[in-house]
Amino acid sequence: MEIFSWDFALEVLPALLRGAVVTFSATIGGFLASLAVGAILCGLYRSSSRPIALIGKSLIEILRSTPLLIQVYFLFFVLPEVGLVLQPVTTGIIALGLYHGAYVAEAYRAGFDSVPRGQWDAVESLRFSRYAALRYLILPQAIIPLIPALGNTFITMLKDTPILAAITVPEMMFEANDAGSQSFRYVEPITMAAIGYLIMSAVAAGFIHLLRNHLGRFR
Amino acid sequence: MALIWQYRFDLLVGLWWTLKLSMMSASLALVLSMFFGIARYSRNPAIRISASVYIEFFRGTSALAQLFWLFYVLPYMGVDLTPTQCAVLGLGLCFGAYGAEVVRACIEAVPKGQLDAAAALNFSWFQTMRIVVLPEALIMMMPLFTNLLIELIKATSLVSLITIPDLTFQAKAVITKSYSSGSVLLTTLAIYLVISLITSTVMKRIETSLSRGRIAEGVK
Repeated sequence: MEIFSWDFALEVLPALLRGAVVTFSATIGGFLASLAVGAILCGLYRSSSRPIALIGKSLIEILRSTPLLIQVYFLFFVLPEVGLVLQPVTTGIIALGLYHGAYVAEAYRAGFDSVPRGQWDAVESLRFSRYAALRYLILPQAIIPLIPALGNTFITMLKDTPILAAITVPEMMFEANDAGSQSFRYVEPITMAAIGYLIMSAVAAGFIHLLRNHLGRFR
Repeated sequence: MALIWQYRFDLLVGLWWTLKLSMMSASLALVLSMFFGIARYSRNPAIRISASVYIEFFRGTSALAQLFWLFYVLPYMGVDLTPTQCAVLGLGLCFGAYGAEVVRACIEAVPKGQLDAAAALNFSWFQTMRIVVLPEALIMMMPLFTNLLIELIKATSLVSLITIPDLTFQAKAVITKSYSSGSVLLTTLAIYLVISLITSTVMKRIETSLSRGRIAEGVK
């Protein structure tokens, strides 16, 4: 028996591609969730009320200092106990959103901090409303330095999705393992899944690079 | 709480494995990151390119995919590793690649004038690295290595999926035995949180003591 059988590789390819679609959608879902969670956490953190800021800070610290796998298990086992029964993939997306949301919150904070103090003063002296100030002056400046950080989050999240296999989300690694356990041939499916992540993250990295160059032109 | 106390030994065994694996894979990752980070600056193109390939490959694939590959695929190629060896090798290789990028970035950040000075003193490549570049780069690396170390400790939870009885594995086992998940998982979360906090505090200490006398007080 040869080590790598191309026939078998071709045979498991459809299952892996199905898994890749789940991986990709979970990443997109998790990424959007993390943008929202990050905004909330960053809002809490920057609140002028001391206790609220402390809550925001502790939440970020807790989410960043504990493993994603444990957070995934936590949501998976504890949410049904409080009466919230979700699809595994939804639970996974929430977990990815929470875990990476903490990193996104830090990125937002760095983005805000990168806008020079004078810009805030300028906005104030022009009597812009808080909304208009954010919309027209602060956010456009804060977003561009944010793109590399958010891009990193996206790629890290892509590589974190195999963790969701632990709660039976049928993503690429899950499908690879499944194919392996059915045929007792692990070489092809797992090697192909690993290369699949490499390809997906390389494509994502290229796309982020293009996006940054595109937005960078307006500076 | 009574439940946790009843299963305390299971969790303690898990904690011991988590700490042991973290230490072992962190040591391997440190060696690899130093080696490959510096290799990126070698004058020999073959060494330079193979370092880049290693870094890009292990940063591009998922850590779990690497562990599964070592665990499930290698035996078919005639290499039988114990789960512990798989875990240390997998995490070490993965975080070695991330660490190599840290080393590279920090070497790059050493001011060019320092290299000119080394050249003016007729230092060899090794002397330049050892005497001039690395001592300066090392201080810049410390906070980044601290982050990576915490990421690595968190990533050790993945080894539970290749049958190693670490903290996550034991937590899962206790859940199965006791039919109660909330308190077990909260305790586990708390233990990981404490490990991370202790690690970052200790690393901060080391960082300050390393940079003593090198960076003017208050400039940092």
